[in-house]
Amino acid sequence: MILVVLPAHLRTLAQVNGDVQLEIQGRATQRAVLDALESRYPMLRGTIRDQVTLERRPFLRFFACEEDLSFASPDAPLPDPVASGKEPFFIIGAIAGG
Amino acid sequence: MSSVRVLVGTRKGAFVLSADGKRDRWDVSGPHFAGWEIYHMKGSPADPYRLYASQSTGWFGQLIQRSNDGGQSWEPVGNKFAYDGAPGTHQWYDGTPHPWEFKRVWHLEPSLTDPDTVYAGVEDAALFRSTDGATTWEELPGLREHGTGSSWQPGAGGLCLHTIILDPSNPERMFIAISAAGAFRTDDGAKTWKPINHGLHSQHIPDPDAEVGHCVHHVAMHGARPEVLYMQKHWDVMRSDNAGDSWQEVSGNLPTDFGFAIDVHAHEPETIYVVPIKSDSEHFPPDGKLRVYRSRAGGNEWEALTKGLPQRDCYVNVLRDAMAIDTLDSCGIYFGTTGGQVYASPDAGENWAPIVRDLPGVLSVEVQTLP
Repeated sequence: MILVVLPAHLRTLAQVNGDVQLEIQGRATQRAVLDALESRYPMLRGTIRDQVTLERRPFLRFFACEEDLSFASPDAPLPDPVASGKEPFFIIGAIAGG
Repeated sequence: MSSVRVLVGTRKGAFVLSADGKRDRWDVSGPHFAGWEIYHMKGSPADPYRLYASQSTGWFGQLIQRSNDGGQSWEPVGNKFAYDGAPGTHQWYDGTPHPWEFKRVWHLEPSLTDPDTVYAGVEDAALFRSTDGATTWEELPGLREHGTGSSWQPGAGGLCLHTIILDPSNPERMFIAISAAGAFRTDDGAKTWKPINHGLHSQHIPDPDAEVGHCVHHVAMHGARPEVLYMQKHWDVMRSDNAGDSWQEVSGNLPTDFGFAIDVHAHEPETIYVVPIKSDSEHFPPDGKLRVYRSRAGGNEWEALTKGLPQRDCYVNVLRDAMAIDTLDSCGIYFGTTGGQVYASPDAGENWAPIVRDLPGVLSVEVQTLP
């Protein structure tokens, strides 16, 4: 089980309260987490990564275990505490606008 | 008794304003999609309960929302806008080639006859169509690939396809406009397109009379006379009597021929409305007076409509898709401002009153006339 923390606007869009718990088949990677997230909540497709290129949207970041994983390979294994559900995988919207 | 539903897109959400045919007491619903930019929202002429909305932010990209109950509830639908094939390049602001990149949907135009068919004008400029209620989208690439696309250059707001007009007398004919490429027409159901900019004169491009490169801000048509088009260009108000094959300037006695919005009276095809804006840098009304100008002669001779509009210290803008006209016997005119006001006139512009004063900046206004 992996715990995902969504930005407020995406929680509203997906109609979820609080964090999202996902079961991942196989190795836990960014791609596996996002695939599972978009499969359960299709309305999130395109809001976190581009639907054509699958690249992370520029004003979003992925944090976990006090590290910025945004530029890691989407197929790299997530840290063990994330894969085991002890630490959440944060999807963060940039603080912008002054 | 007839009623109207005004659909307002703002920088921070959507609002639905409803009134009976007298249009003096309004019910305000919203914000829907709070915090998101709503570039455009429009109802289906074939089913007034079917609405489409373009919802976006710089953070989370583009969503499309659909309502089947006149805006009381919404559901997110398809938002995958993939260009057909390898889209190539257009020109960037500095004149260098720049890859085509989807950014947002500026305008949604539902079919005149089928609630499930809707067109989307997007940035970077292209035309998309859905035939399944906005669940899936396909590009109609004939426009972007007709031959001049690689020379198109963005206006200040981006390379946006912002105007889509369907010809009610000819389902194969459609008009679109792009900033800053110009106006285009198809006569074969969007398979092939041609620029329709002959007669436009734009000093900001190397050849002021070029085939493309004109910053067309908006185009309007009256359904009873689809061969007559009216255009608010970056500078100049223009008119065509031959479906865009040629244009003549009809700015006449306007205090300034810059502006964004233009629309046509519901029952008088020669009566048109614009909101003159002082210049392309200041983007507010001349002399701080918010005035709608009306021509009953299809242009050239204009009168200021001011009763109920602020005539001092007003420095708002009215954007290209932020004016709409209902079809009640006493024709209603509506427009929204970047200051968050939505004004209504129930008598073709003679008298105005704000429906709301303090919304977020208004990006678009549409109106539905309901039985």
